[in-house]
Amino acid sequence: MRVLAAMSGGVDSAVAAALAVDAGHDVTGVHLALSPDRQTLRSGARGCCSVEDAHDARRVADELGIPFYVWDLAERFTEDVVDDFVAEYAAGRTPNPCLRCNEKIKFSAVLDRARALGFDAVVTGHHARLADGELRRSVDAAKDQSYVLGVLTAEQLAAAVFPLGGMTKDRVREIAAERGFAVATKADSHDICFIPDGDTRGFLARRLGEQPGPVVDAATGATVGEHAGAYGFTVGQRRGLGVTAGDSRPRYVLGIEPVTRTVTIGTADLAGVGRIVTAAPTWTGAPPELPFRAEVQLRAHGTPVPCEVTGDEAGGLRILLDEQQRGVAAGQSAVLYAPDPERGDLVLGQAAIRTTGDRAATAGREPSA
Amino acid sequence: MTYSEPVYLDHAATTPMLPEVLAAMTGQLGRVGNASSLHASGRAARRAAEQARERLAEALGARPSEVLFTGGGTESDNLAVKGLFWARREADSRRRRIVVSPAEHHAVLDSVEWLAKHEGAEVTWLPVEPSGRVTPRALAEALGDGSDVAVASVMWANNEIGAVSDVAALAATAHDVGVPFHTDAVQAVGQVLVDFGASGVDALTMTGHKLGGPMGAGALLLRRDAECTPLLHGGGQERDVRSGTLDVAAIVGLAVAADAAVHGRVERAAELARLRDRLVAGVAEQVPDAQLNGPALDDVVRSGPGRLPGNAHLSFPGAEGDALLMLLDARGIECSTGSACSAGVARPSHVLLAVGADPDRARSSLRFSLGHTSTDADVDALLDVVAPVVERARRAGTGRR
Repeated sequence: MRVLAAMSGGVDSAVAAALAVDAGHDVTGVHLALSPDRQTLRSGARGCCSVEDAHDARRVADELGIPFYVWDLAERFTEDVVDDFVAEYAAGRTPNPCLRCNEKIKFSAVLDRARALGFDAVVTGHHARLADGELRRSVDAAKDQSYVLGVLTAEQLAAAVFPLGGMTKDRVREIAAERGFAVATKADSHDICFIPDGDTRGFLARRLGEQPGPVVDAATGATVGEHAGAYGFTVGQRRGLGVTAGDSRPRYVLGIEPVTRTVTIGTADLAGVGRIVTAAPTWTGAPPELPFRAEVQLRAHGTPVPCEVTGDEAGGLRILLDEQQRGVAAGQSAVLYAPDPERGDLVLGQAAIRTTGDRAATAGREPSA
Repeated sequence: MTYSEPVYLDHAATTPMLPEVLAAMTGQLGRVGNASSLHASGRAARRAAEQARERLAEALGARPSEVLFTGGGTESDNLAVKGLFWARREADSRRRRIVVSPAEHHAVLDSVEWLAKHEGAEVTWLPVEPSGRVTPRALAEALGDGSDVAVASVMWANNEIGAVSDVAALAATAHDVGVPFHTDAVQAVGQVLVDFGASGVDALTMTGHKLGGPMGAGALLLRRDAECTPLLHGGGQERDVRSGTLDVAAIVGLAVAADAAVHGRVERAAELARLRDRLVAGVAEQVPDAQLNGPALDDVVRSGPGRLPGNAHLSFPGAEGDALLMLLDARGIECSTGSACSAGVARPSHVLLAVGADPDRARSSLRFSLGHTSTDADVDALLDVVAPVVERARRAGTGRR
């Protein structure tokens, strides 16, 4: 196959490209320039597309003897990922930009361009297993990235290659070291690549400005504080609420209402979510027959929860969790898995969380517009 | 189809070393001696360096004392622009203005912008003709009475679209108002007649590796009456303007390359122009809507070619230069999209934008540049694949909405 290896400059994509060469593919390396304002050097463990990262990727490509180019996708990334990220927070939701990037950039803009240029598939260093069109969790549970790939469709998966899903991160580093890649010991990147200092609240404040509003206690309906911007809060958040309740029980963010900029907080007993209504789902294969039982993961490093999935009139899903969960935020993806301890949990598909409610309640709580 | 040897159509980036240069350099590399030392080994090194200086001067119509050896074109441009600016402003603090074309190489542009940011320079950008040329009239208007101008700089020939300016007329225009004139002649030497003395310019940048010489070796030709503040301080070599131990082997190679390039110029330029015209005509036949950027192929300036004979710069509407380059590379054909930043991110060429092209046209362009090893077979190889490559790149689109 003629394959395009997306090379971030990190150890995972370097080894993925190397394994694609070993597998006999005709490999071309591409580094995606995603920031319109590129930094010369990496800052800390964050960020993924500084000039230094491009250099690291190019060094590996040169050692592998494969062609290497930089593709400038900053405009698309800004529109489809960064602006979407800001808009989602402004609407009181909590987006996952890595999932959006896979959906809109790596397996859409890049894949489309690659196909048009004569490539058969895109290779990435994601930790997930992909064989016979089935997307499964990595053998390395701690590094598993199947959650952020859950949005891919069968067609996208048919043109994707993930060579690392069957090995641990330690093994990836060993392979890099054996091959003498300078990136073998390079730190993992964390968090959001376009917020290199890790200060999401500060980033949103710069983009959205001050938007003060009330903090309301759900139990009493009383305004217990003020905030500078509802976008600084995530459902389930406990720290940094800036209010002192009358009693010593911890408070959690229960909901964010963007129009009145109201942040509702409450005690743990009110923070539990057992029922989720979603937007229209995407499936990694043939759509499963509703209703069905599965496990659902509700955020990037969340614990899977057994659940019952049914359809709703609007084309979305209703997900009834076996156990109540805290920190279930609108905007996040509910990724559905069919548990399989032998071959790795199978990713069935995902749907964006719209509203949530108590397990017993019939109506969903409306944490967002 | 993959060729075992790449088809090299990027001679303006760098061109293969001439065998006689390689021989001269390897001979010199085996000899000990610092050209500043007083003993026999030092004298031998100095003799080789000074012979090279005389040879280079002769090839370019300069006096040996006007040749300052440098580390290449970028250093020569920096030295000329900053050094002339500093010296002129020191002599008269009103001289803060730099008059320069926006189509210059980044070695000039970034030096000018650095001076503007850190040294209080004011920049007057010259208008550029659609061909890429700067006219003496435009220069005269920008200079005014020249009393506040430190230096003017216009390249002899443009590295991207090959436009040759009438440098002698530009230098005379600057001198009319007492302003020193620098020209970057990196691409011009060996392709068009470059005579430093006859041109009247005060400072001229040239480099070795575009001529079949070594990388990292170049020269600034600097008139003896031109005051130039050094960038590098130290042992006082090169008229005290450029300190540093002479790289004798590189200098010897540079002189051999300049000599060969200049003395074989007329025949080689005719051959390059023939191949280039075939290439452009052939591409136009395969891709009828391809557009030639820069001056017409038969353009004339001061009775010489108005366009570098080895330069073909073409836009392919609806295709992205990046994609074209990649697809040609995969077929063993090597060319350039023009300017790339250090990270390799393609930006629309500042030269095409300066001549009034829209960003889409600028992004859809490729530069093919021919040199001393180019053959009809190279042109044929390109013409064999250009139509399907452009078609495929168009299918991939411009990557923009």
